[in-house]
Amino acid sequence: MTMYNKSLKQLSTSLQNKDISSVELSQYFLERIKQYDGELNSVITLNEEAALQAAAQADKAIQAGDAGPLTGIPLLHKDIFCTEGLRTSCGSKMLDNFIAPYNATAVDKLSQAGTIMLGKTNMDEFAMGSSNETSFYGAVKNPWGLQTVPGGSSGGSAAAIAARLAPLASGTDTGGSIRQPAAFCGITGIKPTYGSVSRYGMIAFASSLDQAGAMAKSAEDAAYMLQAMSGFDEKDSTSVNRPVADLVSGLADSIKGLTIGLPKEFFSAELDDAVRSKVDEAIDAIKSAGAQVKEISLPNINLSVPAYYVVAPAECSANLSRFDGVRFGHRCDSPKDLEDLYTRSRGEGFGEEVKRRIMMGAYVLSTGYYDAYYKKAQQVRRLIQQDFVNAFKEVDIIASATAPSTAFTVGDRTDDPVSMYLSDIFTIGVNLAGLPGMSVPCGFVNEMPVGLQLIGNYYDESRLLNVAHQYQQLTDWHTRVPTGFEQE
Amino acid sequence: MQWETVIGLEIHAQLATQSKIFSGASVAYGAEPNTQACAVDLGLPGTLPVLNEQAVRFAVKFGLAIDAHIAPYSVFARKNYFYPDLPKGYQISQFDLPIVGLGEIDIIVDGDTRTIGVTRAHLEEDAGKSLHEDYHGMTGVDLNRAGTPLLEIVSEPDMRSAAEAVAYVKTLHSLVQYLEICDGNMQEGSFRCDVNVSVRPKGQEEFGTRAEIKNLNSFRFIEKAIAHEVERQIDLIESGQKVVQETRLYDANKDETRSMRSKEEANDYRYFPDPDLLPVEISAELLAEMRAELPELPAAKKSRFQQQYQLSEYDAAVLTVQRGLADYYEQAVASAGGEAKLVANWLMGELSAALNKSSCDISQSPVSAERLGGLVSRIADQTISGKIAKQVFELMWSSDDSADDIIEREGLKQISDSGELEKMIDQLMAQNVAQVEQFRAGKTKMMGFFVGQLMKQTQGKANPQELNKLLLAKLNA
Repeated sequence: MTMYNKSLKQLSTSLQNKDISSVELSQYFLERIKQYDGELNSVITLNEEAALQAAAQADKAIQAGDAGPLTGIPLLHKDIFCTEGLRTSCGSKMLDNFIAPYNATAVDKLSQAGTIMLGKTNMDEFAMGSSNETSFYGAVKNPWGLQTVPGGSSGGSAAAIAARLAPLASGTDTGGSIRQPAAFCGITGIKPTYGSVSRYGMIAFASSLDQAGAMAKSAEDAAYMLQAMSGFDEKDSTSVNRPVADLVSGLADSIKGLTIGLPKEFFSAELDDAVRSKVDEAIDAIKSAGAQVKEISLPNINLSVPAYYVVAPAECSANLSRFDGVRFGHRCDSPKDLEDLYTRSRGEGFGEEVKRRIMMGAYVLSTGYYDAYYKKAQQVRRLIQQDFVNAFKEVDIIASATAPSTAFTVGDRTDDPVSMYLSDIFTIGVNLAGLPGMSVPCGFVNEMPVGLQLIGNYYDESRLLNVAHQYQQLTDWHTRVPTGFEQE
Repeated sequence: MQWETVIGLEIHAQLATQSKIFSGASVAYGAEPNTQACAVDLGLPGTLPVLNEQAVRFAVKFGLAIDAHIAPYSVFARKNYFYPDLPKGYQISQFDLPIVGLGEIDIIVDGDTRTIGVTRAHLEEDAGKSLHEDYHGMTGVDLNRAGTPLLEIVSEPDMRSAAEAVAYVKTLHSLVQYLEICDGNMQEGSFRCDVNVSVRPKGQEEFGTRAEIKNLNSFRFIEKAIAHEVERQIDLIESGQKVVQETRLYDANKDETRSMRSKEEANDYRYFPDPDLLPVEISAELLAEMRAELPELPAAKKSRFQQQYQLSEYDAAVLTVQRGLADYYEQAVASAGGEAKLVANWLMGELSAALNKSSCDISQSPVSAERLGGLVSRIADQTISGKIAKQVFELMWSSDDSADDIIEREGLKQISDSGELEKMIDQLMAQNVAQVEQFRAGKTKMMGFFVGQLMKQTQGKANPQELNKLLLAKLNA
């Protein structure tokens, strides 16, 4: 089998058997990035020298017999995670010159597990976008169709995994930013329960919704990665203090007898018919493994997009206030006074979508509007959460399409923010409720990948990954490689 | 027209924690600029606040001390505004759900006790400092103070004079130090006041328009600023103008307040719950623990001092303003064999004067409570007179010797022996027959001459009561 399509377990075995060194493996993927990323634009910053040094260290650990499943495995980090000494841009001109003096906790944990950071992936500016077109570093292309978007905001990570530029990539998901690009690019991505992965060092977009997760070819690979990055962190007050669940050993469990809930609101007019038929086929496959299916209702889920577009901008309007040109980041030339320093630094440093959301957020928090918008949205959020809680009394897993359509054409929706926001209608509710969710590839429509979304109960990531893995035992969608990227 | 002043206060007490309210950086005062600001304090991207539990405990303690409602569930909120010394572009504070709710505190003005309502007290972080001098048209920013824990204590508009306002501030100032939750250092800004002042015609129910005077850092400035502001507002109204709701700054050099910003320019702070922090939940256990840790509070201590030591209300009040002073007093009384009134006089007289002169706090007193007690014992048992005791005290101030050692070494022991005194009196009368005659002829003022001579002879060591008694007997014989 070609090296780029090997599973994490296979790569790990090759490393431990000394069939290949971590330095060689890292060089191999660095070469692929150099070869293919010119047209994809999935990586903003390469970390070649430091990566090879870290790989040499990993090789020593392997030699010493001191290696775990991730030791020596190359990966890419979304450029939202602070990395000490390596630029962290968050896809923005604002942070084009920003080098953090610390690592995000998730980055530290993955480094401690032995992974090799090859570079930082492109993303929508400050994670605000669903197509990776808002990046200061230019749009990312979908390897399955270069005229289409990879989804967003973790579009760089998704495209890189799809093109097999790295075995693993980190992502963050505030309203679908791991799952929707995973679906558009035909890869596997998981966002765990809110609070599972520390947010420390992860540049905040909407703090109550942001959650880091894993992107990989398969559920099995994602399980190894997620397990390594999860865990309580005293530096994040919203991090959950409970032992990290074993996400790997249950992958092979039978799913016989599990109940899969199908929310009728998600199988509605918004869902593209061709996409729907692929999702139906996937559900049939899961049924064939012994699971049963039940129609459920999430009565308030149609309010999730409006509620989200109040809560998320409100939080972002405050979170992005620190980018003021005073201490770090972009600062305008020769400001004439304080006001000028603020308005020009921020005006020049932020892109259109970011500005739009800051303004929406400031508006909904203003005196006289707070109750009508922010407070109301929080009430709606609790209703949506309660819908899921009720649903999980009846079912073990909820399934749907990840996105209503396959990847759309570059430029198609940039002039119509609302149509862009609607591409996340199936994913946003999961963030509002804080639940774990994932997307697994489940076929193609017009040669573009379709994603199956699986939603689990709180802290039930292992069952989620178990179902996804069992599905991937029955199908080979996750092993497909886009045309033009197969060369060894 | 008769005018009534209405005053409410907001006090910012810096909590005496080791580290900042949301980060592990030190809060020590006076470090080089920006050396005590970590990534969290600088508001670097991706950093997150973690609440300092000690700050919560201090706030709870304060709430219990003013008999306030302690919220079982309180919430941190973001107060959004841009300023260079506010690194995140928002201040983490508490808004609609503060940790301490309605409480009250008694103040005493001119012997009358008044109860002042405390609306609320909430936790928040301090901002940094903008330094406008020394930067030639630019502004320097020092973020050492950013993230320092503050307890903002908001009073009801219950005060009716500058004297009441000052009494309230002094009472709280004393209380927070008793609780050991704030060092009370006003020069360093550990205890700051904003004063809301308005006036209304006497008898009117409705409040007048208020002005807020910011950042008053001494009791005297509070009094002067209020006096000035009241006068300004009355002048305005009486000349047919209106008081504008605004923030004013007191200029101590010019003794005047001037406008900072009016309400029209006021920010919409767009408060909302901070999603980075969990709500603060106060358990019954924590409440019980904090209640058990409460020291005897100033008011209780004062009435105990009146009872136990038979002190006047005034003396008891002075001695209990500071916990350290009260403790010193009680130790000294114990060492002086229970001479409570005498110790009080010495503490408030000689010792206070000496401490003031050398700008010392009671905790830095060169004369310990035990040594002062020792000295007072010798006055009480008439080993030395009060006058000689002052000499002994001076020698104690500059050495570590006990009163007894000094009295012994310097031979300052009082002469009370009547035989010895009588001999001296007889001798003196024999040498000054004319003066004796004058006395006996009715010029009783001559008594002073004899006392003076004898004191001179004994270098002040003669027991004055004994001397008087013997002298009178002999002169009248």
